[in-house]
Amino acid sequence: MSGQPSGRDSRHRWQSLIPLLALLALAASVPVFGGKYYVDLAAKVMILAIFALSLELLVGQTGLVSFGHAAFFGIGAYAAALLSPQSGPASIWLLLPAALAAAGLYALAVGALSLRTRGVYFIMVTLAFAQMAYYVFHDTQLGGGSDGVYLYFRPQVDLAGVRLLDLDRPHVFYLFVLAALVLTFALLATMQRSRFGRALAGIRVNETRMRAAGFATFPYKLAAFVVAAMLAGLAGFLNALKDGYVNPEILSWHQSGAVLLMVILGGIGSLRGAVLGAVAFVGLQELYQSQALFGALARHWQLPLGLTIIALVALMPKGLIGLPAQMRARR
Amino acid sequence: MDLATFLIQCLNAVQYGLLLFLVASGLTLIFGIMGVINLAHGSFYMIGAYMAYALAPWVGTTLGGGFFTTLAIGLALSIVLGYLLEWGFFSFLYEREHLQQVLMTYGLILVFEELRSILVGNDVHGVAVPDWLAGSVPLGDVMTYPTYRLFISGVCIAVVFGLYIVLARTRLGMMIRAGASNREMVQAMGVNITFLYRVVFASGVALAVLAGMIAAPVSSVYPNMGGQVLIVSFVVVVIGGIGSVGGALLASLLVGLVDTFGKVFFPEAAGVLVYLLMAAILLWKPEGLFRQT
Repeated sequence: MSGQPSGRDSRHRWQSLIPLLALLALAASVPVFGGKYYVDLAAKVMILAIFALSLELLVGQTGLVSFGHAAFFGIGAYAAALLSPQSGPASIWLLLPAALAAAGLYALAVGALSLRTRGVYFIMVTLAFAQMAYYVFHDTQLGGGSDGVYLYFRPQVDLAGVRLLDLDRPHVFYLFVLAALVLTFALLATMQRSRFGRALAGIRVNETRMRAAGFATFPYKLAAFVVAAMLAGLAGFLNALKDGYVNPEILSWHQSGAVLLMVILGGIGSLRGAVLGAVAFVGLQELYQSQALFGALARHWQLPLGLTIIALVALMPKGLIGLPAQMRARR
Repeated sequence: MDLATFLIQCLNAVQYGLLLFLVASGLTLIFGIMGVINLAHGSFYMIGAYMAYALAPWVGTTLGGGFFTTLAIGLALSIVLGYLLEWGFFSFLYEREHLQQVLMTYGLILVFEELRSILVGNDVHGVAVPDWLAGSVPLGDVMTYPTYRLFISGVCIAVVFGLYIVLARTRLGMMIRAGASNREMVQAMGVNITFLYRVVFASGVALAVLAGMIAAPVSSVYPNMGGQVLIVSFVVVVIGGIGSVGGALLASLLVGLVDTFGKVFFPEAAGVLVYLLMAAILLWKPEGLFRQT
């Protein structure tokens, strides 16, 4: 859609919002109907959805395939855990910006170097820089090494002495995560339609042509990289709050691979796809780990997961979101 | 640091670097020639090490052979594995985008790891050094150096020479080098590209498996070894330049030096130093030291 939407276009846009609103209502109702396990699972899915959305900005919008995105997730999480004092809760107005800033600063440094490379080099370089962050947290005593570090008190959301939200209550925290997801989605959707987003799309399609048109593409790519990192840091921040515990494995390249998988599983180029991919990925993990279905074989859940990944990537290159179109093209 | 210790660290660095080269050369050739990013390459290293562990008793009792028989059988198996993998899986990856290759080979890693877990288990194992290599070589008055580590370096140097001869002096090598710099042109000139790809892939697998097999007595055999060597191999390939075997050699030795001496001088930062090296080189040359494609 470009230019001024016609009457039919804007009605179509409202119509496409309906499934989103239905999903939102469904998500908001989980704490009411579901037990603790499902509330926790749904929160995990939503946090991963934010993570996947952040990568979608890089991969789907800008065409930058990063295999090191877990580093920013981990930095956000570690910032939340390390900057929270052990004696009492911190203020969210300090903690959240600090976590975002930490992720953003690392992205600024890493991006300035990595974005000098293209294609395969970029993939490998982002992977290597994520490993660097992993080793910093794993080998040094900065974050308690491989044992990880605990977050004892969720931050307080106070304004002028008045408690706005009590994040220690599970239902409140759940809705807080849901709100973060909605805001992230809305932010990225707005960004897509903005001049900045259009420039990113142009860079994805043909960077040389953008440069010929007079755009300095490097600052745009770096800005996208930093914003994506900060959103990943937000996801990591929420994850640290949810679990109360952070360990270096959340920075591992397996995590980077998993989030990349979520994006491609859902369908590149679609924000809804990223959310759907997160849901599908967690769903697959839960499925294959279910002892009720697989019994003793559930221990080796990575085998069917690996085979499924191969099959899905091979058979559904457009992801789940593109499945209706793929089926229509078949007929 | 006295001379003997310095010499020992140098030998360690060269040995580690050469082992890395065995793995990274396959990775860089597979990418340079076939345009496939193979994340599962580290798994071949792991498969080699576990083969050394699992085959040794069987070879000893059934065939009455020793270390070299195990090596030979492992290599033969790896060539068959490489051939079958290329035919059944990787040949479908050539036309796909890098992102799809990354994810499909990532799925392959999961498959390999779980198969290994099912077949051999998750324990850490040691592999015995063959008796005739188990001694030490004296260095100066006080220090000695394990003979087996010199053997590893020796095998790797032999491989380097072998690779050089094949790449620079044979017709096959000529086609490989041509394929690394311009794949389409080689196809257009009527070379049997399917055969070439299969040979390159099987060779890459065999090299990684060989590296795993000879490294097993030194580094022990444990579940995550594939992932670790994979990441470092990527760093080597990025530093050396994709498709360049010479670049991979130089980069491997550089990484070996930085890593080994880094562990000595800055033990806490050792894991990070290699990536700092990569960052420094990328600042200077964004496409690696010897870019090919």
